[in-house]
Amino acid sequence: MPPASGRGDEPGWAGGLRKLYNSVVDEPLPDSFKDLLKKLDGGGDA
Amino acid sequence: MPDRTEHNAADEAFRLELLSVLPHLRAFARGLSGRPDFADDLVQEAAIKAWTARERYTPGTNMRAWTFAILRNHYLSELRRSKRSTDLDEGAAERMLVMEADQEGPLHLSDMEDALQKLAPERREAVLLIGASGFSYEEAAEIAGCPIGTMKSRVARARTDLARMLDGEPELTAEPRARRSG
Repeated sequence: MPPASGRGDEPGWAGGLRKLYNSVVDEPLPDSFKDLLKKLDGGGDA
Repeated sequence: MPDRTEHNAADEAFRLELLSVLPHLRAFARGLSGRPDFADDLVQEAAIKAWTARERYTPGTNMRAWTFAILRNHYLSELRRSKRSTDLDEGAAERMLVMEADQEGPLHLSDMEDALQKLAPERREAVLLIGASGFSYEEAAEIAGCPIGTMKSRVARARTDLARMLDGEPELTAEPRARRSG
């Protein structure tokens, strides 16, 4: 079941669950991830 | 033996693929834990574990499933270690994003979060993997380390629980928007 918007024959909560999930997926990565990204950018073992 | 150039190219490919799944890891971790800050810590730790173990990953296979399993195992380890509560924190409870449900009228995403956190942990994990993350039953069972039949049973029970809580069976929705402390 790929994340998607509403479908005609599913309960309301099912679309809500995907919207909740996608609302986080669509968020920009927070600043706290910058150090992680730098470690991976540097190519070293974090 | 691969030379350094080949290693660097492989590392770069791995890094890019890992970065691409971070938003999905955040969503999965948020759903599992109900705690945004804790979820982000889980994602960062899981990403570091994945990076450290990158030589065990086979390029072209399922990075998302591989990293979800790492995150899930790390989450369970953290729970055992710290015995954290899975109650919603204040930040999650204050999320009041409103969406239009397809057939049932307005539904608050915070209600969805609330209901999700009321599920038994293994059912919450199952419905997140299948219903939100889009994994197949086979993939989800592998991530969770259980038989496919068990995964199907957990998803079915989670769906029943969520339907009761969110789609109108009043006996299980006594205080759907009650404020919580701690």
